Amino acid sequence: MTDDTRAQKELVRRLLGPAEPELGCDECFEELDRYVELEVAGTGADEAIPGMRAHLEGCPACREDYESLRALVESQT
Amino acid sequence: MRSAATEGSQGWIEELRSEGPARDEAIGRLHALLLRAARFEVRRRARSVPHLRGGDLDDVALQSANDALVAVLAKLDRFRGQSRFTTWAYKFALLEAAVKVRRLAWQGREIPLEPAEWPRFADSGSSPSAQAERGELLGEIARAIETDLTPHQREVLVALALNEVPIDVLADRLGTTRGALYKTLHDARRKLRRTLDLEEERGQAND
Repeated sequence: MTDDTRAQKELVRRLLGPAEPELGCDECFEELDRYVELEVAGTGADEAIPGMRAHLEGCPACREDYESLRALVESQT
Repeated sequence: MRSAATEGSQGWIEELRSEGPARDEAIGRLHALLLRAARFEVRRRARSVPHLRGGDLDDVALQSANDALVAVLAKLDRFRGQSRFTTWAYKFALLEAAVKVRRLAWQGREIPLEPAEWPRFADSGSSPSAQAERGELLGEIARAIETDLTPHQREVLVALALNEVPIDVLADRLGTTRGALYKTLHDARRKLRRTLDLEEERGQAND
């Protein structure tokens, strides 16, 4: 895949967002700690909190918050 | 000295709801924990604010920890025990630090609300086929943005998805919240998807 094609694909993804139903930013923040702990424990985070994964794909700011919390929790286990 | 009761989440809650020296001591420990999380986040994002020095970054972390402490204490009743208390508390410090650093990174910068990038993706006629197809899709999206979205939806989509303005920076500038902006973005994206699906169906019907 060329850089241009990758950039176009990424742009389409950003413009159209996830196709699946997703949580909003407030609900995402509400569930973030539980989601991260379930994920780190490998116990079905996506099944427990439907719509979270789609939101993290569609919202870069929430995605960054998620990645930071996950990295912090993992750094302490 | 840390008592055994404070090892778990319930211990934190009990001590933070108590009175006197036990509460003060728990608040001190909570602040230290939040400061650790805020420093962790500021370090991760330091590259986005190259104009800030070490001391400035420390100030951002400290201010983030202070604000997170206020938020955590105000929301103690909302801790449902579905994660460890420390994980729950961390997210407030990470959020405060992330928002502050994003604001600093965009301080003084103009927020682009216009689609300055449109011409680049409409012009892909000479590309290889997969890229041309993608370029065609982008062209359709550009047309749908112009014709189907309200001015506010267009502005929000262009700023967030096309020009990659951070959502809380845009929320500050437009005097709204992150949640409200994401709802606008979500509605705009749904409208675009609906239009593209309709156009696809119409295209197939014409074949």
